[in-house]
Amino acid sequence: MSSKQEILEKIRHLRLDQTELPTIPEFKNSLNTEEEFKASIEANKGEVISQEKLMSWISESGFQNTLSFSQLINVNTSYTKIEDAHELDQLQVAIIDGQFGVGENGAIWITNDQVPFRAIPFITEHLVIVIPKNEIVPTMHQAYIKTSNQTYSFGLFIAGPSKTADIEQSLVIGAHGAKSLRVVLV
Amino acid sequence: MSHSIASTDFLKNEEHAKWHDETLWMIREKRDLASQKVPEWENLRTLASSIKEHVLSNLDHLLLEFEANATKNGIQVHWAKDAQEHNQFVLDILKKQSCAQVVKSKSILTEECHLNPFLEKNGIEVIDTDLGERIVQFLHQPPSHIVLPAIHLKKRDISELFHQKLQTEKGNEDPYYLTQAARNHLREKFLKAKVAITGVNFGIAETGEFVVCTNEGNADMGVHLADVHIACMGIEKLIPRRNDLGVFLRLLARSATGQAITNYTSHFRGPEKGKQIHLILVDNGRTEQLGREKFRNSLKCIRCGACMNTCPIYRRSGGFSYQSTVPGPIGSILSPGLDLKKYSSLPFASTLCGSCTDVCPVKINIHEQLYEWRQEITKANPNYAESLSMKLASGIFKSPLAYRISGFLMRKLIINLPDSLLYNPWNVWGKGRKLPKAPQESFRNWYLNHRKDEQ
Repeated sequence: MSSKQEILEKIRHLRLDQTELPTIPEFKNSLNTEEEFKASIEANKGEVISQEKLMSWISESGFQNTLSFSQLINVNTSYTKIEDAHELDQLQVAIIDGQFGVGENGAIWITNDQVPFRAIPFITEHLVIVIPKNEIVPTMHQAYIKTSNQTYSFGLFIAGPSKTADIEQSLVIGAHGAKSLRVVLV
Repeated sequence: MSHSIASTDFLKNEEHAKWHDETLWMIREKRDLASQKVPEWENLRTLASSIKEHVLSNLDHLLLEFEANATKNGIQVHWAKDAQEHNQFVLDILKKQSCAQVVKSKSILTEECHLNPFLEKNGIEVIDTDLGERIVQFLHQPPSHIVLPAIHLKKRDISELFHQKLQTEKGNEDPYYLTQAARNHLREKFLKAKVAITGVNFGIAETGEFVVCTNEGNADMGVHLADVHIACMGIEKLIPRRNDLGVFLRLLARSATGQAITNYTSHFRGPEKGKQIHLILVDNGRTEQLGREKFRNSLKCIRCGACMNTCPIYRRSGGFSYQSTVPGPIGSILSPGLDLKKYSSLPFASTLCGSCTDVCPVKINIHEQLYEWRQEITKANPNYAESLSMKLASGIFKSPLAYRISGFLMRKLIINLPDSLLYNPWNVWGKGRKLPKAPQESFRNWYLNHRKDEQ
């Protein structure tokens, strides 16, 4: 008997009475989602900035290696063609679009449609995500309802920069992934 | 070694033990604040518990549904009945890729299966990429907490360790500096890795996708740069519908650390072009636990660690004192199911205060199960010394004369015997405890005299 059969037989042998699967209520939320979203991003050690501020940050910092896949804003970037994500090890700034944000926790939904390589939001030193101002839902429940018909192969909620507190519970921003997250609402 | 003996080691350094206790309590308080911000918190806990209840009652169907959908999406699914088979699957995949070095993000399941020593024996280097896990790996230690693997260490220890292993400046204890050293060290490993291993937080039957949560982004750095992703998943990690994620993700991080969500929540539905995803479904004793009616609920656990942070025993004895992969209250009800003899002292490492049950996001009746395990353990392995003293006590309580005489003797003894005799090494109870002040007379005597005065 294969292990699969063995495991399934062991479960069936128990003849457990199937309990009902509860329906998830709507959980209405009356909060100002945009304000709440901004506060959540800040709590996660990200930043919500204007498009103008983004542009001046990029030009003042003098970054050499930048990359944008945003359809929502126009930024001149340095990379032309990438064949493999490993080439992005020196990437300083990546600008991508997020589909929407979640007010209660600052999570932003991205799928493989927004990035040609899944490694991009992680391997870059600084990450910028652009989302339409009116695309903010109050909680995770609405987020999953909103994406229920999507057919992505990779989906991702990003809520802040890479962080850790593994050394004596001191919060450090920039563990393995992006050292900062800037969010632009347009 | 029993839990109480193992914990004496931890308690030797009083200052450190105090820090451990207070730090975990601080995380518990953060959890309280985060949960209080969600008006429907209790509602979510009830929902999560009922969803998992349904999963456990319908596991065979859901596993098949999950496998079918995952396979349809291009994920290769393997079934392992035990740790050995799981480890062999991983080794076979690595060999096929001619891979001698693998990066691994946090997975309690692979700890449970002792995957690292198995792979190392077979000539493969495993690099744990979660910062806390890399630290304990350098020290050849297991994690001492499921969410905070290096919570038993101070930055002084880590600074010294990194000085040896990563050539950081001697004496530099700055957490940012040390983290950046680990970042550079691990970045190199990520860029070279052909295969990456991760755990799984949730598998969704309806879509065949699985979800991995991290704050550091180490799981994603690993898998997106590698050609092959191996995901190791216990069969109880399933949830039926994608919408159920809304319930569980609202609970998980808030319960674990007081964050609203982990900074990365990755949904894997299929491999990136030209790459592979292997998912290993592991039983390893879970179906046995499913068959134990009183303990079945323990399989609802989503590994947030809230029960550890709140537990007065865990906070004051440290994770290693449990000597099991999952420590703390939840570990104390899961581990006896794996090896009753080895873990027989764990259900006694509790005050039964019920705080673990109060904070559990999936409403596992942890303290009740601890009590139930005590009954099972006493039945299976009666402690003669204890049963003798119980018989003695029962004889004394049955006879009023014996009770009066022994009471009289105890009062005299406690007042007059020197501490060296009272707290001799044979008196296990006297370790860390102090006897109460003995009264001069018994209550009976006092009562009789008192009444006499009144009359």
